[in-house]
Amino acid sequence: MMSHVSEDKVKQLADMLRIAVTEEEATRYTEHLNKMVDYVKCLDEVDTDGVEPMTHAIELKNVMRDDEPKQWITQEQALKNAPDHEDGQFRVPAILD
Amino acid sequence: MTFKKHSIKEIEKMLHNNEITVKDLVESSLNRIKEVDDQVKAFITVDEENALKKAEQLDQQTNKDAKLFGIPGAIKDNIVTKGLRTTCGSQFLSNFTDPLYDATVVDKLHEAEAVTVGKLNMDEFAMGSTTENSSYQTTHNPWNLDHVPGGSSGGSAAAVAAGEVLFTLGTDTGGSIRQPAAFCGVVGMKPTYGRVSRFGAVAFASSLDQVGPITRTVEDNARILEVISGRDKMDMTSAHEDVPAFSEGLTGDIKGLKIAVPKEYLSEAVDPEVKEAVMNALKLYESLGATWEEVSLPHSKYAAAVYYIISSGEASANLARFDGVRYGVRSEKAKNMLDMFRLSRSEGFGDEVKKRMFLGAYALSSGNYEAYYKKAQQVRTLIKQDFDHVFANYDVIVGPTTPTPAFKIGEKNFDPMVVYARDVTTVPINLAGVPAISVPCGFSKDGLPFGLQIIGKHFAEQTVYRVAHAFEQATDFHKTLPQLGGAQ
Amino acid sequence: MNFETVIGIEVHVELKTKSKIFSPSANEFGAEPNSNVNPIDLGYPGTLPVLNEEAVNYGMKAAMALNCEIATHTKFDRKNYFYPDNPKAYQISQFDQPIGENGWIEIEVGGRKKRIGINRVHLEEDAGKLTHGGDGYSLVDFNRQGAPLIEIVSEADMRSPEEAYAYLEKLKNIIQFTGVSDVKMEEGSLRCDANISLRPRGQEKFGTKAELKNLNSFAHVQKGLEFEEKRQAEVLLSGEAVQHETRRFDEKTGETILMRVKEDAEDYRYFPEPDLVPLYIDDAWKERVRASIPELPDERRKRYVEELGLPEYDAGVLTSTKEMSDFFEATIKDGIDAKQASNWLMGDISGYMNKHQKELSELAITPESLGKMIQLIQDGTISSKIAKRVFAELVEKGGAPEQIVEEKGWAQISDEGQLTEIITKVLDENEQSVNDYKEGNKRALGHLVGQVMKATRGQANPPMVNKILVQEINKR
Repeated sequence: MMSHVSEDKVKQLADMLRIAVTEEEATRYTEHLNKMVDYVKCLDEVDTDGVEPMTHAIELKNVMRDDEPKQWITQEQALKNAPDHEDGQFRVPAILD
Repeated sequence: MTFKKHSIKEIEKMLHNNEITVKDLVESSLNRIKEVDDQVKAFITVDEENALKKAEQLDQQTNKDAKLFGIPGAIKDNIVTKGLRTTCGSQFLSNFTDPLYDATVVDKLHEAEAVTVGKLNMDEFAMGSTTENSSYQTTHNPWNLDHVPGGSSGGSAAAVAAGEVLFTLGTDTGGSIRQPAAFCGVVGMKPTYGRVSRFGAVAFASSLDQVGPITRTVEDNARILEVISGRDKMDMTSAHEDVPAFSEGLTGDIKGLKIAVPKEYLSEAVDPEVKEAVMNALKLYESLGATWEEVSLPHSKYAAAVYYIISSGEASANLARFDGVRYGVRSEKAKNMLDMFRLSRSEGFGDEVKKRMFLGAYALSSGNYEAYYKKAQQVRTLIKQDFDHVFANYDVIVGPTTPTPAFKIGEKNFDPMVVYARDVTTVPINLAGVPAISVPCGFSKDGLPFGLQIIGKHFAEQTVYRVAHAFEQATDFHKTLPQLGGAQ
Repeated sequence: MNFETVIGIEVHVELKTKSKIFSPSANEFGAEPNSNVNPIDLGYPGTLPVLNEEAVNYGMKAAMALNCEIATHTKFDRKNYFYPDNPKAYQISQFDQPIGENGWIEIEVGGRKKRIGINRVHLEEDAGKLTHGGDGYSLVDFNRQGAPLIEIVSEADMRSPEEAYAYLEKLKNIIQFTGVSDVKMEEGSLRCDANISLRPRGQEKFGTKAELKNLNSFAHVQKGLEFEEKRQAEVLLSGEAVQHETRRFDEKTGETILMRVKEDAEDYRYFPEPDLVPLYIDDAWKERVRASIPELPDERRKRYVEELGLPEYDAGVLTSTKEMSDFFEATIKDGIDAKQASNWLMGDISGYMNKHQKELSELAITPESLGKMIQLIQDGTISSKIAKRVFAELVEKGGAPEQIVEEKGWAQISDEGQLTEIITKVLDENEQSVNDYKEGNKRALGHLVGQVMKATRGQANPPMVNKILVQEINKR
């Protein structure tokens, strides 16, 4: 089986997805991703010249709402499930420690 | 009181005649859960207190005309419920005790005065087909506890099969309602994309996800779908179509119906017993005045590949919001911003979810987009066109819901041929956006149920229900109830 | 070596719709943190975006005012990146089908007119606001999350920091006239980044660019670009290569400081937003929006010159802000002399605004009262000199000019008998000046006029004073 995706690429993807991976996981995910990539390569056989890509299963267009503001939740509710908050704001660790 | 053998219509009559109270019904549901759920493990959360409170409140009411008055049901745990924990089967949301709002479908059930008794187990974020990917528990198949109930809506199918509730809601992205319904011998409907609002259904793959009902009978199913369907201003992809009274169109009359049977759905990978059950169903339809012919959906063999790329691509973005800032579990080890993201997500998500996100991010990344994501979207167009061509000449498409009955728990089979055969009957339906139902159509020699899948044109749920109902009325499969057996 | 500077500018403008672009939360500046948010803004699981039609209309309106072609088929896409102020970890934006493309605006630098191309205008949602604390933590407020934005990307058509400044002024001016945004940099409703590179004169290929951030005023943009122009020239002249980097403008030193070197372009993994349906903007919709665009600054300017006969300079100053221009139009509404109105606005009113650092809307004077005051000057009720006093009252306290004149007794003395009496007295008291005048010292007349004015506390009608004075002197 040809390997399309390197372990380095998988580590790059992990960075992009903000998922910490151990070396063991990186190897495992690389193996799995290669298996999947090999499988989906079957699409190359299909002639799609001039075929429109499909994003929606049913055709709808111009669905919009009126510009009317509506109060829904309070500040207290907004913060209710937050792992950490302070002075009405969500608290997160700073960029560097 | 046991409602296992009664339909919603029959129970409605009993309530109107004051033979039973809503409290009787809800208690019977809660008792049944207490009795069997430590074996079935369908529920992640049981909301006994509120269910009983609601029952008492409904019993005070003189007006019992609401469409689901007092009917106990339960909801897959990826559909948000205000004030009731919603986990999506993930550790990430183990502390998500109040999602702040009710999903539109939950609102609609409450407006119809149904009583929701709890939240149901599922594969994490609906990724999987066994419930083994749930980070809470594996649900067991009530027909044989050693077997999986299917997934990802395994809890939803098992709860109905085990008689714990009268109806449940599931979600179906690539077969997640129909496959567990088939494995558990119950009726599961994936409506047309856009028929039911997705607002409050936690997105796995936005362009494929649909909420749908799981019930014991077709009539019950039609009634639930009537309640939850319709345009929602909070979901721009919800259809502007009128919602017919599905449950009133069950005439039993299918004379002149033209059935198409795709040869791709009856390949060599399909279990001979399943094939036989489907052939018997077709014979039955013939005897009821329908005709059938073999057809081809030539791009079916690419459906699984298209599905994995599109669903994983969308999921990689949909699941990015779980970052530990506003809700969910933040890693205690996180000392800086980057680690808050990386560790919270690494600890909160299971393996399958991560694998899919890797594939999705890969397919969307620059340099790959055209070759993978866009290509998959183009082949999706061809898959939809396959259905359009068949539906130009036929009323419904019929085939097996799954190629085999439920597999054993722990039996991981990654043989690509088997995986392909499993997906080929379910994922093309989501890609095309058409409605499809699974109804019980037989049992294996080991006593595990099979499902017959009936697929309709966009928004032709009424036809699908009529065809499913005609079959159900002519057979006894739905009358057989599971014994909760197995080696365990 | 002789270098040519190449500048391109990206501007984000917040649209002042009542609610957000994808949720019904109020879209307003300055509310309590996290009070204008709902589960959609917070990226709660299960929520979906619902598109605000007015945001599309406003975006289209701005794009039209910038002479863009409006897309017939357009859609939204997801731009994926993690940051605590980006709650879904994707921003809903427009990738390959922006609502507007191929526009332009005309700027004028050193008396020369030049067109600057607008590459694209697209709609997107704003992010929340992350405040860096000092204790190892940061705080996030999501009130701004989901505010509708347009991003306006210019072509790399500017060749000097001065042109960049002119471009920004003009862009702000046009958007302000359309009424779709407050375009206030201090409130963040207008933000900009600038790209700058140098190339040897005559070379077609662009040099490596630096991106400037933290530009909090148009003056900073110009200063930052000027610094960067010199810095890059020095780098190139020393034989080194300019790096592709992001630099921050430091207000205190006026220098730009390296933030980070850009290696690979960030991979945003754009893909079509499945939760929103495509937009089909037909001609009728386009026309509806086009019809709602008010007269833009260039048109007004032209009209002021051609129809009102104002000098080019006046027309330019008056149309430099919508507030000023609207004030001017309201002033001359009832046939008040346009040049007079222009003089007051460009002179005393602008002077007062500068001195007190106030906006036109903060002054007590109204277009009606200014107009009335000008009328009083024209019909001779007050002199221009007295008008200054009336103006001082109006600008501070407001009120009706005719009433002020009446109450203060500031009406001009134009009665010939009364003036003759006063003048006779002044002449009696200033015999020396009368003699001087008679001996040919014409300047002596000025002194006498001054004495008359002093005696009447400035209220004497000046032309009449001149006439009577000469008559009376000649009698002696």
